[in-house]
Amino acid sequence: MLAKRIIPCLDVRNGRTVKGVNFINLRDAGDAVELAAFYAAHGADELTFLDITATIEQRGTFTSLVRSVADVIDIPFTVGGGIRTVSDVGALLESGADKISINSAAVRNKSLIGELAREFGSQCVVCAIDIRSNSTFDSELGFGWEVYVDGGRTPTGMEALAWAREAVDRGAGEILLTSMDHDGTKKGFAIDITKRISTHVSVPIIASGGAGTMEHFAEILTEGCADAALAASLFHFREIDIEELKIFLKNRGISIRLT
Amino acid sequence: MARSIVVIKYNAGNIRSVLCTLNRLGLDAEVTSDASRIRNASRVIFPGVGEASTAMRHLIASGLDELMASLTQPFLGICLGMQLMCRFSEEYDTKCLGIFDLPVIRFPSSSLKVPHMGWNRLKQIDQETCRLLTETGWAYFVHSYYVPLCEHSVALCTYGDITFSAALSRDNFTGFQFHPEKSGKYGMAMLERFIGQGEL
Repeated sequence: MLAKRIIPCLDVRNGRTVKGVNFINLRDAGDAVELAAFYAAHGADELTFLDITATIEQRGTFTSLVRSVADVIDIPFTVGGGIRTVSDVGALLESGADKISINSAAVRNKSLIGELAREFGSQCVVCAIDIRSNSTFDSELGFGWEVYVDGGRTPTGMEALAWAREAVDRGAGEILLTSMDHDGTKKGFAIDITKRISTHVSVPIIASGGAGTMEHFAEILTEGCADAALAASLFHFREIDIEELKIFLKNRGISIRLT
Repeated sequence: MARSIVVIKYNAGNIRSVLCTLNRLGLDAEVTSDASRIRNASRVIFPGVGEASTAMRHLIASGLDELMASLTQPFLGICLGMQLMCRFSEEYDTKCLGIFDLPVIRFPSSSLKVPHMGWNRLKQIDQETCRLLTETGWAYFVHSYYVPLCEHSVALCTYGDITFSAALSRDNFTGFQFHPEKSGKYGMAMLERFIGQGEL
């Protein structure tokens, strides 16, 4: 039986992890490669790296980071942040990334997902979708969520489920769904909209935003119908240990890979 | 004899992960599409991420299709590589290498999420036929097409209500539907046995 995945997310700027990291056993908590290796060895099913480097000139540091990660990591990893073109993706996959995620660029250039799927295969194209609830987007299926871009700053006027469906139709192989309303609150994932999207599209859904307790992960992977759950600082600060979380979920009857 | 490992070069993506895993095992591999280098290698790895018809076009254009089917040394196809070793793929109705006389079929997206992506368990391993597989475990899969169960299946996997071939083996040819290079220590041990088989 396919296992539900637990995915730590590392925000990277100029090749180093940002957001505080609270691992006493790391020599350099800002070293993304070292942190990635730690997670890979301690139960993470997959890793996501998000490049939040401000300028294009510094983007080269991310590609070299991807190469270093591929050297040491023996589980799959996705990279995202600032990807605009087919050649951006080619360079990242060539460097050893398994999947890439695109967000704002997919909204602004609707043909990009299709181009990437044809060139590299749907299996490596993750469409990241940031959403906020907005009652003007209430509809029979949509439940009132609007898609945002630019790191959650810019509303698009697009309804979340409609965009998710379009992204999949265009060739996305997976959706990373982040509720900006829930992100950072530690009050739990956005269960209703995640379930709604997961049951209406034919690709896996990674739920992100709002994790605070182990129970929250159990909820989103069962009631929320998510195929995977992603969190960042919760893991970085060791508020939740991934191996303990996975034992908890397995004991709840959820299909989980224990190593 | 020194073991020489070649990874077949064609248009397939992410060859680097295989090379990195071999490097972690202290091994170097040559990435090549040169027929004589491939014929003379002691181990051949045929990786694959991508789409079947495009991959076959590249292989046919370079003559690698006929070469591969004639090889006699231990040969390992991974993911799309395994699928291309079969007779035919429903992915753009592509005629493949025919090393295994089997069809490759699409998962039904009406009842399942496609691709089948993530960690799933290998089971009913036929260790007599394929000594690369020694125990059940979690392996990483990413694929939208599958090979049904058949006489060459040496490991099975179940997704939804479909049980398919997770590994195939016949003579010197082995195919893994999963990615051993992405399956942690479990997968790395398989690659190590592949490199070491028969000579350790």
